[in-house]
Amino acid sequence: MEHYLSILAKTIFVENMALAFFLGMCSFLAVSKKIETAIGLGGAVIFVLAVTTPINNVIYNALLKEGALAWISPELADVNLEFLTFLTFIGSIAATVQVVEMALDKFSPALYNALGVFLPLIAVNCAILGASLFMVERDYDLAESTVFGIGNGIGWALAVVAMAAVREKMRYSNVPEGLRGLGIAFILTGLMAIGFMAFSGIQL
Amino acid sequence: MAKPSKIVLDPLFNDNPIALQVLGVCSALAVTTKMETAVVMSIAVIAVLMASNAAISALRNRIPPSIRIIVQLTVIASLVIIVDQVLKAYVYEVSKQMSVFVGLIITNCIVMGRAEAFAMQNGVKDSILDGLGNGLGYSLILLVVGAFREVFGSGSFFGIQVLKPVTEGGFYQTNGLMVLAPSAFILIGIFIWVLRTFKPDQVEAE
Repeated sequence: MEHYLSILAKTIFVENMALAFFLGMCSFLAVSKKIETAIGLGGAVIFVLAVTTPINNVIYNALLKEGALAWISPELADVNLEFLTFLTFIGSIAATVQVVEMALDKFSPALYNALGVFLPLIAVNCAILGASLFMVERDYDLAESTVFGIGNGIGWALAVVAMAAVREKMRYSNVPEGLRGLGIAFILTGLMAIGFMAFSGIQL
Repeated sequence: MAKPSKIVLDPLFNDNPIALQVLGVCSALAVTTKMETAVVMSIAVIAVLMASNAAISALRNRIPPSIRIIVQLTVIASLVIIVDQVLKAYVYEVSKQMSVFVGLIITNCIVMGRAEAFAMQNGVKDSILDGLGNGLGYSLILLVVGAFREVFGSGSFFGIQVLKPVTEGGFYQTNGLMVLAPSAFILIGIFIWVLRTFKPDQVEAE
């Protein structure tokens, strides 16, 4: 149990996807202009990460890893399909996003409308693919990768909502002309990343 | 049709993918702590961008609009696999350092964005040039940020010492912040500021 809590805390604070690894920056900067949209996209990212990371974990361990195909027949024991990792992961992510979109449309139209255009955009959010690739690199099992996915989603959502809150307040400040908009958004993200680095010494 | 030189040179300063189009910030910044990785990443992105623009532009009349995102992702993912295998074969050390970020070229919004915005509407030749231009615009920022971070963060340039750090008996106190993630954001923010001071028409009204 402690092990999972430690993964969760680590992914949310210490190794925050957005602020420590720069992942999902495009949508991070694009949707952090208003708090409501930031919350909507944050929720969608948590959900998709929590679903795709374990799915990719199963695919990787059952089909792609060196020797993983041995369960079909012993002759396939030395097949290594690892070079297909990128293609399979991005395929399964795009498919999951599509399924999630259809399911939400049918069972929870209110949430579907709230997320709107953000759902399809998630397929190309680097944070999603990034989480799956890190999962492979760190050799997580199924339970660990589920926790890892959820934690990364929460961390990303936290960062984007906090950023949106700061940017809403920015409207009242007098920023130098050339820095308005994107420029100051980058510098703010940098300062927030410094803030999050305060967590980096924490050991659980 | 726009002139070829304009297609290539525009994305460098006038329509920079990172500074103005807000594309492709994601996968790149973590590789700019050193010049070596920044250069390898730039070359990889330019190669993928030109090849994917060419492939998608050649296929543009055959891709059904409803599944175009998946088709584009498949084309890009296949190209990235090739780049990844080449990097592993020839510059293994660097590819180890870049870890997951080679794979993340797939979701680099520049590649998708240019495929969607340019290659789907234009011919093969122009699309290749557009890929080259945007790749160069992206590399420009990567290299500028990489140069600052390596010189001030560890006192070297391409691994060759230029400022001798205090720890080795020299005079230069290395700036630890430069090696860490936040400095990349702040450097890009300043880069945008400088760019927009010279090109006031890019300033955002807010």
